[in-house]
Amino acid sequence: MKKIQGTWGLQWLMRMSPDKQDTLLKMVILTLAAILSFSTRLFSVLRFESVIHEFDPYFNYRTTRFLAEEGFYNFHNWFDDRAWYPLGRIIGGTIYPGLMVTSALIYHVMNFLHLTIDVRNVCVFLAPLFSSFTTIVTFYFTKELKDASAGLVAASMLAIVPGYISRSVAGSYDNEGIAIFCMLLTYTLWIKAVKTGSIFWASFVLFSILLHGECRYLVSSWGGYVFLINLIPLHVLMLMITGRFSHRIYVAYSTVYCLGTILSMQISFVGFQPVQSSEHMAALGVFGLCQIHAFVDFLRSKMSTEHFNILFRSLVLLVGSVVFAAAAVATALGKIAPWTGRFYSLLDPSYAKNNIPIIASVSEHQPTTWSSFYFDLQLLMFLFPVGLYYCFTKLTDANIFIIMYGVTSIYFAGVMVRLMLVLAPVMCVLGGIGMSAVLTTYMKNLDNPMKKEKKSTKKIESNYPLKNEVDCHLCNPTNDSFPVVLHLPLHLGHLRSLLVPSIVLSARGGDGSRIIFDDFREAYYWLRHNTPEDAKVMSWWDYGYQITAMANRTILVDNNTWNNTHISRVGQAMASTEEKAYEIMRELDVNYVLVIFGGLTGYSSDDINKFLWMVRIGGSTDRGSHIKEWDYYTPQGEFRVDKEGSPVLLNCLMYKMCYYRFGSVYTEGGKPTGYDRVRNTEIGNKDFELDVLEEAYTTEHWLVRIYKVKDLDNRGA
Amino acid sequence: MPEKLTNVIIKFYDEYMQTTPKKLKIIDAYLLYVLLTGIIQFIYCCLVGTYPFNSFLSGFISTVGSFILAVCLRLQSNPQNKAEFTGISPERSFADFIFAHVILHLVVINFIG
Repeated sequence: MKKIQGTWGLQWLMRMSPDKQDTLLKMVILTLAAILSFSTRLFSVLRFESVIHEFDPYFNYRTTRFLAEEGFYNFHNWFDDRAWYPLGRIIGGTIYPGLMVTSALIYHVMNFLHLTIDVRNVCVFLAPLFSSFTTIVTFYFTKELKDASAGLVAASMLAIVPGYISRSVAGSYDNEGIAIFCMLLTYTLWIKAVKTGSIFWASFVLFSILLHGECRYLVSSWGGYVFLINLIPLHVLMLMITGRFSHRIYVAYSTVYCLGTILSMQISFVGFQPVQSSEHMAALGVFGLCQIHAFVDFLRSKMSTEHFNILFRSLVLLVGSVVFAAAAVATALGKIAPWTGRFYSLLDPSYAKNNIPIIASVSEHQPTTWSSFYFDLQLLMFLFPVGLYYCFTKLTDANIFIIMYGVTSIYFAGVMVRLMLVLAPVMCVLGGIGMSAVLTTYMKNLDNPMKKEKKSTKKIESNYPLKNEVDCHLCNPTNDSFPVVLHLPLHLGHLRSLLVPSIVLSARGGDGSRIIFDDFREAYYWLRHNTPEDAKVMSWWDYGYQITAMANRTILVDNNTWNNTHISRVGQAMASTEEKAYEIMRELDVNYVLVIFGGLTGYSSDDINKFLWMVRIGGSTDRGSHIKEWDYYTPQGEFRVDKEGSPVLLNCLMYKMCYYRFGSVYTEGGKPTGYDRVRNTEIGNKDFELDVLEEAYTTEHWLVRIYKVKDLDNRGA
Repeated sequence: MPEKLTNVIIKFYDEYMQTTPKKLKIIDAYLLYVLLTGIIQFIYCCLVGTYPFNSFLSGFISTVGSFILAVCLRLQSNPQNKAEFTGISPERSFADFIFAHVILHLVVINFIG
């Protein structure tokens, strides 16, 4: 009786034909993976509320709101006077609008269907939505490469791989979340085009390349762009070298390159880059090679070897000399843009650090540590080589692509933490291939234990010893020795740290209760309601986007970092003494100054910890050449804020703004007043007054401090 | 050597005239025409300059694109390559050709300014 009840649910499944069962199971698994990938990214919404995280997303949110309200035409012509005072910024021409257009489209469609949703919620949930699309695309991608079962494994891994989750949680409304989807879609279509050799599929590659607009954004800001656009040419080149070049590849690549070049130039920010900058020259070169290769193949098919050789030799001579001359002329005339710094920084990790402080100052641009490889990819680290091995055992055109992708992205991920995002999907694909291949190999040998007893003697003779036991260990999920598969979800725990919106902080209180620090929004709303409409706020560039989006006030520098000298000027103001800083602030027309201070709460990414970057960037231009990094260290070369610290540091504007009145505050039991909980020291300069600034507002936990710049005295001194 | 070369070329020409199907010859004539257009544009830009760069680019890319698409069409409709393009009939390849052309020239018109 009980047994019948237990199997009742599966009765209808058993009655289906095996084909139907197969399809149904695939659908169910894929749907579950898609739902899983959506829901794992919602932690921060559940724990906090539906807010936008981080810095860049606030800018994206602001522009999306503008687009949704004002329409595309106004958006295209939008000149933003709230940022980069006094320069302003032409938003329409300096961003890739793909992300904003996507969400504005979703917003309008939803509202058209009378599902009223506001722009903010569209923005918050866009990344999880696209990650579940990515899951589905991964399935098709892997299916094209190997088979459906590998696709399912890859899709379910992608749903939970930490390296990707950390970039696409609800609220992180950034290009990255959507760009990975576009990237995988492009590659899937590319593989499809290579396999069929159809112009039709190749043209679809183009559309996704256009969607790549975001990819370009994702990458153009930090150079991974080079990697993405060059992967397909690299694949083609590899196929040529290995002698696998065929007409299908010619069709696919030539169409993609030709149409892709002109299509991508339709985005105003891309401009003429695809034909001018050196990063795109590889693609052009491969395109040329393709033509030559195809032409040579054509000739070879038409004549005898001997004749062909004569013709070939004379053609090579002619074409070689012409190409060489053309390249020389183009370089001499400066038509080919010089190698850009970001490109160098990709090939040589230390380049940016030595030459462009603003690139190096972003923590995401640091080289990846070994541990973060493991934390971001978990067991995929081990499955990746397995997948590579199985790809090598059965080389096809498509497999070569995934091998190239895997190997190059491993290298690039080592250069920059941020490129980990590019690595994560290929890890999932290769891991999926590896795991499914291992399982299919060993599952076959796994006998039913009942059968085994009868045949066991025979088995051992015909096979290597303990074969069945080995297989059991590999394949039995209930077995203790098979924790690897379950390993990934268990580690989601550590992800909780990634799922916290940086705009709202939380900490554990002494009694274990949760304390929420909502100081950022408190400060921004204070600015919004208590300062004049046209007030100019100076802060370090990290907070620029948030201030414009939430406080709606004009700022000097923001996360767009396009003007190094302007940022440097702000850095100089922060690093100078009060009198010097006052001159700079008068010059820049600053009304308010905002600093982030974590000394009271122990929030470690505050302005004092970022201060060395302000010094470096401030000193990197001509006008700031008097600012030397070494003046801010102790003679022993340490960065200290206590009594031992360098006097230049203890008297600079940033120090004074952060620690004003802090000298009389008790922060921790058993410690003297003015004890900094981030640096774990008692501050060195306690009793001072501010001459040119007055404290305007300090938030509840002192996280954000706002100062008002005093007017000039009525009477000159 | 030069005699040999001319010899080879003559032989190649003869073989081409004899063995190539008529359909492909039409495509080849079209290809030659497009190639000449491209060369003329190139010479023009060398002499006069590329000043409205977008116009020059869209013109030139339109030529290159037409050439490439025609080559693709030729490859796909060549009976010798039948094995390589399974599932693509000549009709299908012509439809693809037109589809890609529509995209290409819509973009070109938009870009030419």
